[in-house]
Amino acid sequence: MTEPVKSKRITVTVDGTEYTRTVEARTLLVRFIREELDHTGTHFGCDTGHCGSCSVLVDGKVVKSCMMLAIQADQAQITTVQGLAFQDGSLDPIQQAFSDHHAVQCGFCTPGMLMATEYLLSQNPHPTEEEIRRGIKGNLCRCTGYVNIVRAIQALGAQEEVIS
Amino acid sequence: MSTTVTKPRTALWSGQSIPRKEDERLLKGQGRFADDIRRHHEAYVHLLRSPYGHARILSVDVSAAEMAPGVITTLTGREVHALQKPFIEIAPAPGGAIEDYCLAVDKVRFMGEPVVAILAETAEMARDAADLVQIDYEPLEAVVQAEDAVREDAPRLHEQVGSNVVWHGVYDYGSIDAAKQAADRIVKIDRLHFHRFTSTPIECNAGLVEYDPGSGEYTFWCNNTMPQFAAMFMGPALDIPTDRLHFVTQDIGGSFGNKITTYIYLTICAILAKKSGRPVRWTEFRTDHILGGSHGNERTFLDIVVPVLNDGTILGIEARAIDDAGAYPRYEPLGAVIWSQVVSGVYQFRNVKVDYTQVVTNKCPVGPNRGYSRMQHLWMVERIIDIVAHELNLDAVAIRKKNYIKPEQMPYETPNGCVYDSGDYPGSLDAALKLIRYEYWQDRKQSTRGSGKLIGIGIGSTLDSGTNNFGQARIINPDLPFSGNGEVSNVKLDLYGEVVVTIGTTPQGQGHETTAAQVVADILGLNPDQVRVLVGHDNRRNVYTGFSGTYASQFAVTGLGAVRGASLKLKEELVTLAAALLEADPDEVMLRGGTALVDGDEGRSIPFIGLANIVFANNAMMPPSLDVSLNCTYTYRPPFQLPDVERKQGNLTLTYASQIHACVVEVDEETGETKILEYACVDDSGALIHPKIVEGQVHGAAGLGIGAALYESLDYDAEGQMLSPNFFAYKAVTALDVPMMKTAAIESPSPFSPNGAKGMGEGGGAPLHAVCSALQDVMHQSSRALVVDSFNPSERVYRLLHQDEHAPRGVQVISKPS
Repeated sequence: MTEPVKSKRITVTVDGTEYTRTVEARTLLVRFIREELDHTGTHFGCDTGHCGSCSVLVDGKVVKSCMMLAIQADQAQITTVQGLAFQDGSLDPIQQAFSDHHAVQCGFCTPGMLMATEYLLSQNPHPTEEEIRRGIKGNLCRCTGYVNIVRAIQALGAQEEVIS
Repeated sequence: MSTTVTKPRTALWSGQSIPRKEDERLLKGQGRFADDIRRHHEAYVHLLRSPYGHARILSVDVSAAEMAPGVITTLTGREVHALQKPFIEIAPAPGGAIEDYCLAVDKVRFMGEPVVAILAETAEMARDAADLVQIDYEPLEAVVQAEDAVREDAPRLHEQVGSNVVWHGVYDYGSIDAAKQAADRIVKIDRLHFHRFTSTPIECNAGLVEYDPGSGEYTFWCNNTMPQFAAMFMGPALDIPTDRLHFVTQDIGGSFGNKITTYIYLTICAILAKKSGRPVRWTEFRTDHILGGSHGNERTFLDIVVPVLNDGTILGIEARAIDDAGAYPRYEPLGAVIWSQVVSGVYQFRNVKVDYTQVVTNKCPVGPNRGYSRMQHLWMVERIIDIVAHELNLDAVAIRKKNYIKPEQMPYETPNGCVYDSGDYPGSLDAALKLIRYEYWQDRKQSTRGSGKLIGIGIGSTLDSGTNNFGQARIINPDLPFSGNGEVSNVKLDLYGEVVVTIGTTPQGQGHETTAAQVVADILGLNPDQVRVLVGHDNRRNVYTGFSGTYASQFAVTGLGAVRGASLKLKEELVTLAAALLEADPDEVMLRGGTALVDGDEGRSIPFIGLANIVFANNAMMPPSLDVSLNCTYTYRPPFQLPDVERKQGNLTLTYASQIHACVVEVDEETGETKILEYACVDDSGALIHPKIVEGQVHGAAGLGIGAALYESLDYDAEGQMLSPNFFAYKAVTALDVPMMKTAAIESPSPFSPNGAKGMGEGGGAPLHAVCSALQDVMHQSSRALVVDSFNPSERVYRLLHQDEHAPRGVQVISKPS
């Protein structure tokens, strides 16, 4: 019987930059992003895939990066919260709506919440309140009671063009 | 949010919901949280925790773990016993005899108690090595219910104490016996139980700890939210002066009080940092946090006696309260006095007798949790109001209005000497009822009956007593040298005239940078964008008191009171300096847009950069008689006196923000599932500095309270096994569980705070009161069961709905012969 592979060389593109690294096979994607690449904007809040603060987009789909191994992301295009703003540093429409509606308090769940919103609106640009709540139900927020987060997404959904 | 203002505003920026200064970095993932800190050559801690609720530690063998790849060192309870003095205890005897160390020494007293710490080159290596540690335990009988813990024959957690009682005292105000004599009827309730839950901030506890052997100083890059309180515990424990403890906080991902007691874990890290010579990184997993972080107080109320008049006037309350502190008191037994800030809630009754006992059990230690200790008591009061209303066939709104303290009675002195500053409780209730469409749902309630669903309407009142008088600690322990409160701020010009603000607080989402900038901008004639507010607490900035931090609903008073004082000092210096340079009278000098100018002769002016230049880099030009630094520190101290310890009497907090919540629930009779159809919160936080931030706090407190009422409970089995140690089992509310609540604000400015604001943010667990009230309304239409627990998941609601009509209801009404 052959020994299982304990580490692997992977190439991923994170927020537009390509990285090639050798990682332990057991390394979670969230730890790879935070510890190996030092992209600390993506947060880590539980160990069971419930809180969603580690959410990122992997090839356009929202993924809880604590529920995926880094080696599973080999060759993937990953977008984190740090890749959302425009090149000139100004906030993208989702970030701006969260600020306008006071949908941010401590800011810890925010990166994951923004990525879940990004994905939701990419699939459903004009969601109902119920669809919004279903879209972010995998992202826990303990500060806002979700009220202003839902309002911010409602405001985005009411716009003609959402994703730039 | 609609707002009723009872006083016109004069400030330009205060009172406006300006964009938050914190938002941009947080939205871009550029916030810096405790686990984001990196240090060269750092090492990682893994804590091995007790799998037992109660067990003797027979042996610990770390030899194999120490040989494991990447392991730098380990730490055991035996070593800690030699390296650490027991943490100080707040309680006097008997609870004061408890010995609390950062790792379990001879015994484990709760599941999840840290037993061994492993430090390794990577977090994974530390966890791997933990598998090689050999610990022999001898399981002991556990005690997990507070009512069992007080029994003479109960297993003892701390043998040297002689019992499981941490603290006991009787609070006796007015005359409950005279009230019983005067009453038309006596309502007796056997037992009410307030359950254990916690706020689970999404950022777990974390710290990076460094030791500098040259100076003997430890630096804690951490998310502790009351660092100087931590220093008071850690200095003596590590046997070093408190000035060697350097705390730095940055962005903090929520706390809700839960991050006050992390000094236990920071002490483990400190010992490891010194032992290893390496920067030590520690971050909890969620399971660590729920097992061994900080739980909210569980409290059982027994033998409740309520003397009432036939018209619904409540004359008083008598009860026994048993509070469950978990395995070690730590911040407790402060909760044993803090509830008495709101002894009569929003009600006029003046006869109260509460026999209060706090015990230890084999569960995670408790710590402050949003609504700390007051919500347990206020929940009991609100349960009593609804139960009395139903047993006497009185209207739940009418009985509240009859018993509420009225606005014209403000300021109102409570039976124990607390002075409610302002408020309009009946007006708030009317506003809340309007928001939930009370009349509509009253009609629907009748028409829905028989459909398989039942509609209930509930009301909950709460007081967010804020700005503690720490003198109340003496009611617990007369030897404690604490009283008053205070926060510090520094407002200065930097070299080129930049305005920089420092505060001793540890914000976790409350927007301190924004509101502080609003206050400074108003005083110095600036735009808030021109004011930089430094993030977090750092005792090297020399801006703190022993009370510094962010907790207990006080920033708008203490924090902004300090910012205001420092800004006024800086303004006076700027005006004095400018007047001398411009050869004007100080009364003629005004500040506008970063420039000091002569009123009516605006060509005579000097910008802040010019004033800064003269003081910092050009002081031969300084007018000779002036002594200005443009670096102004102010300590805000609320006007408190020592309480009367013997009578347990005194003003325990400065402000009393109120919230009245109302809700409509629909219960499915077949399943017991409870759905919230309407939810409204009306808050009165005095003068609002930033209405959106205040409203956000109202939303958040309501969200956590709804979670606690219906979904969230920390459960243990009889052996002390924790049954809900992660987000699988601990069902933190999601966006699907919290309704789109409605809010309104009434502003009754506080006459006692420097700016008319009241501290707020805790919300006092009002949803627990309101949801239980609505469920009681449902039961009143069906089984007539009493809602006696604060936690009501579907299965419990189902059982209540189907309670046998002949089963004991736990309530008696004794009519007295007239």
